[in-house]
Amino acid sequence: MNKIVSNKALKRRYRKEKIFKGAAIFALLLAASFLVFFFSNMIGKGVSAFSQAEILVDVHYSESSMKSYRKAVDKPYRKIVSRGWLRTLPMYMEDNPEVMGTTRQEWVLATADVDQYLKGYPNRLKDKHKQYIDKLQEEGKLKLAFNTGFFTRGDSKMAELAGIKSAVIGSILVLLVTLAVALPIGVMTAIYLEEFAPDNRLTQLVEVNINNLAAIPSILFGLLGLAIFINFFGVPRSSALVGGLTLALMTLPVIIITTRAALRAVPNSIREAAYGLGASRWQAVFHHVLPLAFPGILTGTIIGLAQAMGETAPLLVIGMMAYIPDSPTGFTDAATVLPAQIFTWAGESIRAYEERTAAAILVLVTILLSMNAFAIWLRKRFETRW
Amino acid sequence: MNTSDAAFYFFITVLPIAAVIGFLVKSKVQNAFNDTHWRSLPIHYAFYVGLVIALPGAIAFFFASALHLLTIYTADGIHVLVLATLLSMWGGFHSLKNVRPAFCARESVERIIRYFLISAAFISILTTIGIVLAIIFEAIHFFKIVSLWEFLTGTHWAPDDATEGNTSGMFGSIPIFAGTFMITIIAMSVAVPVGILSAVYMSEYASEHVRNIAKPALEILAGIPTVVYGFFAAITVSPLVVNFAESAGLHADYTNALTPGLVMGIMIIPFISSLSDDVIRSVPRSLRDASLALGTTNSETIIKIVLPTALPGIIAACLLGVSRALGETMIVVMAAGLRPNLTWNPLEGMTTVTVRIVDALTGDQAFDSPETLSAFGLGLVLLVITLILNFISIYVTRRFRSQYE
Amino acid sequence: MLLQFGYANDLKQGGNMNKSKISIHELKLWYDKNQALHGIDLQIAEKKITSFIGPSGCGKSTLLRCLNRMNDHISNCRIEGKVLIDNQDIYDPNVDVVQLRSHIGMVFQKPNPFPKSIYENVAYAPRIHGIASSGDDMDELVENVLKKASLWKEVKDKLHQPGTALSGGQQQRLCIARTIAVKPEVILMDEPCSALDPIASAKIEELMDELKKEYTIIIVTHSMQQAARVSDFTAFFYMGNLVEFGNTGNIFTKPQQQQTEDYITGRFG
Ligand SMILES: Nc1ncnc2c1ncn2[C@@H]1O[C@H](COP(=O)(O)OP(=O)(O)O)[C@@H](O)[C@H]1O
Ligand SMILES: [Mg+2]
Repeated sequence: MNKIVSNKALKRRYRKEKIFKGAAIFALLLAASFLVFFFSNMIGKGVSAFSQAEILVDVHYSESSMKSYRKAVDKPYRKIVSRGWLRTLPMYMEDNPEVMGTTRQEWVLATADVDQYLKGYPNRLKDKHKQYIDKLQEEGKLKLAFNTGFFTRGDSKMAELAGIKSAVIGSILVLLVTLAVALPIGVMTAIYLEEFAPDNRLTQLVEVNINNLAAIPSILFGLLGLAIFINFFGVPRSSALVGGLTLALMTLPVIIITTRAALRAVPNSIREAAYGLGASRWQAVFHHVLPLAFPGILTGTIIGLAQAMGETAPLLVIGMMAYIPDSPTGFTDAATVLPAQIFTWAGESIRAYEERTAAAILVLVTILLSMNAFAIWLRKRFETRW
Repeated sequence: MNTSDAAFYFFITVLPIAAVIGFLVKSKVQNAFNDTHWRSLPIHYAFYVGLVIALPGAIAFFFASALHLLTIYTADGIHVLVLATLLSMWGGFHSLKNVRPAFCARESVERIIRYFLISAAFISILTTIGIVLAIIFEAIHFFKIVSLWEFLTGTHWAPDDATEGNTSGMFGSIPIFAGTFMITIIAMSVAVPVGILSAVYMSEYASEHVRNIAKPALEILAGIPTVVYGFFAAITVSPLVVNFAESAGLHADYTNALTPGLVMGIMIIPFISSLSDDVIRSVPRSLRDASLALGTTNSETIIKIVLPTALPGIIAACLLGVSRALGETMIVVMAAGLRPNLTWNPLEGMTTVTVRIVDALTGDQAFDSPETLSAFGLGLVLLVITLILNFISIYVTRRFRSQYE
Repeated sequence: MLLQFGYANDLKQGGNMNKSKISIHELKLWYDKNQALHGIDLQIAEKKITSFIGPSGCGKSTLLRCLNRMNDHISNCRIEGKVLIDNQDIYDPNVDVVQLRSHIGMVFQKPNPFPKSIYENVAYAPRIHGIASSGDDMDELVENVLKKASLWKEVKDKLHQPGTALSGGQQQRLCIARTIAVKPEVILMDEPCSALDPIASAKIEELMDELKKEYTIIIVTHSMQQAARVSDFTAFFYMGNLVEFGNTGNIFTKPQQQQTEDYITGRFG
C-alpha cells in the first residue's frame, strides 16, 4: 500500500492544483472587486449631487428687479445667489402679480461654487466670499438641502440649475417609439419563423441574418439611422422619433431571439393536443402557445429595452446629444436621452458637473438594474418545467 | 390636403365603420348559427368583414406614402382618399357577399394574419440588408473621392485638412486601425484570462451558493451602460494610470490607449465568462469522471480534458468579445483621444475607428463632405470585420454542438 | 412484402360482418427520402376497437397520424394513396382539416392536458367548433363528458384547478374527455397507457370498452396483452408493411405469418 502514500511528484501536482484553483478564484475576485470599486467610486462621486446649497435671503419683488433681475437680492448676496435662478424671477413675477411690491425671506439656490465650497470640493470663490459664506453658515442662513431641482429641471449651462428631467423624458419618448416598433415586428417575426415558416433555405438565411444583426456594433446602427431615417426619409434630426427607430432596429434581434426561444420552450405536445382537437395552426398558436410563451417574451422585451436605454453611441451620430434645457413635448422635438446627457456633462470642464454626472449615472444604473432584476424575477416566477 | 391628413381622416372614419359592420355581422351570424352548419364561428365572419373593409384602403395609403418617401411620386391626398374609400367600399360589398355558411371565414382571416406575419419577418430582414446597403452606398461615394488603396495603406489621417478637390494623402487609415487593434489587444488580454478563469471557477469549483451570487454579479457588469464605463475610465482610471506610470518613471498622456483598453477589458469579462461557463458546463459529466477515475487532479482534468473539449465554444466566445471590443464606442470616445497616432507605446494617446466615426459625424460638416463620408468608409470596414468574426464564431459553435448534442 | 392469404380471407370476413368505417388504400408515406409506409391496405370496422401492434419504428404512429392528417404539420412528409372515411377521401383538397379532426379525435402517448383548468380543457374544443358557447350549455356539456370519461367523481370539486395537477391516469382520461367533447366518430389512441401504471391503464381499458358502443376506436399499443384484452381486430406491422390483419382471437391463437408468430411469442421486437 506504499503507492498511495504521497510522494514528491504527487506533492508537486497538488501544488499545481492549488495554484490553478487560486488563479481561478483570483480572477473571479478581480471582477467582483472591480464591481465593488466601481460602485463605491460612483456613489462617492455622485451622492453629494443629491444635496444642493441654498441661502436664506430677502427677495424683493419690485419693478426695479423686474427691469434688472440682479436687484432682487441685496448687494452682498449677488455674487453667491445663482444668477440662473435670479433670471427666472421676472417671469415668475409676471405670472404671479400678487407678489409685486413685497419682500420675502426665502431659501434660494446658491451658485455652484458656493455649493462646491460647502461640500469641500475645489471651487473658484475668492477668499473674501469664503469668509462671508462661513459667517452665513454660522448664522444658519446657508444650508445643504435635498436637490429636488436635479429631478425637476432640464439641462442648463449653469451647473446648479442643471437637472435630468428633460433627458429622462427624452429617454421615455425614445423607448416608447422603440417599444412600439420593435415589439410587434419582433414578436410577429418570431412567431412566423418558429410556428409557420417552412424550414427551407430562405428561413435559414433569415436566421443567419438575425444572428448577424445582433452582432453588429451599435455605432453602425447610428450610421444606418443617419443615412436612411434622416437623409432618406427626412425624419427630424435629434428627435425622439429617429432615436427610437434606430434603437428599435437594435432591439429587434434581441426580441426576436428571446421570443423564438420562449416559443420553442413550449413543448410540441401542446400544439399536437390542439391540432388533435381540430384547432387550426393559428388557433393552436394564439390560444395555447403564445400565452405560455408570454412571460419569456416579456422578459426578453424588458432586457432589450434596458439595453436600448443604456445605449449612447448610435444616438450621438443622429444628433441626440444636443443641449436640451426644456423637455421635449412630442416625438419630433429635439430631445436628448439620459446616457447622452451623461456624456455631455462628462465633457464639461466645471467641477460641479462631475458630481452631477455621477449622480445621473447612479439614477441610470439604478433604473437599468431594476429593469433587469424585474426581468429575471419574471423569468423565475413563471418558469415552467415540462 | 397631404397624404398624412388624408390617412388620418380615412382611419378615424373607416375603422369605426369597419368595427360596427363587423359587430353587426357577428350578431347576424350568431342568430342563424344553430339553423345551418356554418363553416366558421360568428367572430371569424366579423373579423373577416372588418379586415376586408379596412385593409385595402390602408394598403393604398401605405403605397402612397411609400412612393412619396421614396420621392418617386407624390399623390394628392384627396385622390388617395377617394381611391382608398372606393377600395374599402368594394371590400365591404365583396366581404358581405361572403357571409354565408359555406364560406370558411376563419381560413381567410388566418391567411390575412399570415400575411401580416410574413411582412413583419420581411421588415426584419430588410433592416440587415438596409444597414449593409446604406453603409456600402455611402462608402462608395467616399471611395470615389479617396482610392481604396490609399485608404487601406496610407499612414496619415487628417480629414480636417481635406477639401473637396484635394484629398490625397489625407485619408490613410492605418494609424486608426493600429489604435483600434492596440486597444482591442489590451482589452482582450484582460478579458480572456479573467473571463475564462472566472468561468472555470464558477463551473468547476464553486458551490451552488457561490455560483448563485457570482453569476448575477457578473451579469451586472454586463448591464452597465458603456457611457458609464467611459466616464469611469476618463475620470477615475486615467489619473490612476498616469500616476502609476509617473511613479515608474514613465510619461503617460491623460488620453492614453491603456486606460480604455483596461476598462473595455473589464466590460467584456461577463460576455466571455458567461458564454464559456455555458460551454464548460455542457461538457458531459462522464468525460470528467473518466479522467478523474484515472487518478488525475481536478486541475489536470480541467486543463487536459474539459478545456480542450470546450475549446471551440470558448474560442467563439472570445471572438464575440473581440468584435465587441472593435465596435465599442463610448469608452474610447471618452478616454482614448482623437489623435491618429502610429505607435507601439500604449501610454500615448491613440484613436480608433469608432472615435473617428463619431467625430466625423458630430461636427458641423455637410453630409457629402469627404470627412463625413469617411465615417461610412470606416464603418464599412468595421462591418466587414464584425461579420467575418461572427461567421467564424457561428461556424465554430456549430462544430462544437454537433460534437456534444 | 408478399400478399398474404390469411389477410385476404380475414378482410373478406371482416368486410361481411362489419360495416367498414375507414378504408386505407395503397397508402405510402415518406419522411424526406425515407419511406416509412410501403403501401398499406386496411379496412377499419365501425364501432369496434382495432389495435395496431408491431416493433417500435415500424410505422404504427405514422399510419395512425395519417388518419386525421396530423402529418400535415410535418414539413418533410409526403403521402401517396387514399384514406376514405365513410367513403370520403380525407386527402381531397376540398376537405377541411379542422372539420376532419373534429370528427376524428386523437389521444397521445404522453398525457398532454393544456396547462389550463380541467373545465377549460374540456370546453376548448366545443368552443372553437361553435358547439356550445358558454354558460349553462357548456357547464352541462362538460359535466356529461367528464361523466362519460368516468372522471366526474374524481374532479367535480376541482373543475377550476389546473388539469396538469391531476395524476397521470387522470390526465389521460381528461385528454380522452377533451376529445369526446366534440362527439367525434373515431378516436385514435397512440399508446395511451404506455406512460401509466397498471391500475391507471386498467381504468383506461375499461373506459375504452365503454366508449366502443358509440365510437370507432383505433389503438396503437406496445403491450400484446392489452391488444388481446381490448381489441376486436388486430393489425401487425413490420418495417412499414402490414404483415397480418384479422380477428384479435385469430391473430393471437393461430397467426398465419411466421413474423407475426415470432413477434407475439416474444422472439423479437
Ligand atoms: N417526424 C419524422 N421525421 C422523420 N422520420 C420520422 C418522423 N417520425 C417518424 N419517423 C420515422 O418513421 C418510422 C416510423 O416511425 P413511427 O411511426 O413513429 O413508429 P412506431 O410508432 O411504430 O414506433 C421510424 O423509422 C421513424 O424514425
Ligand atoms: Mg409510436
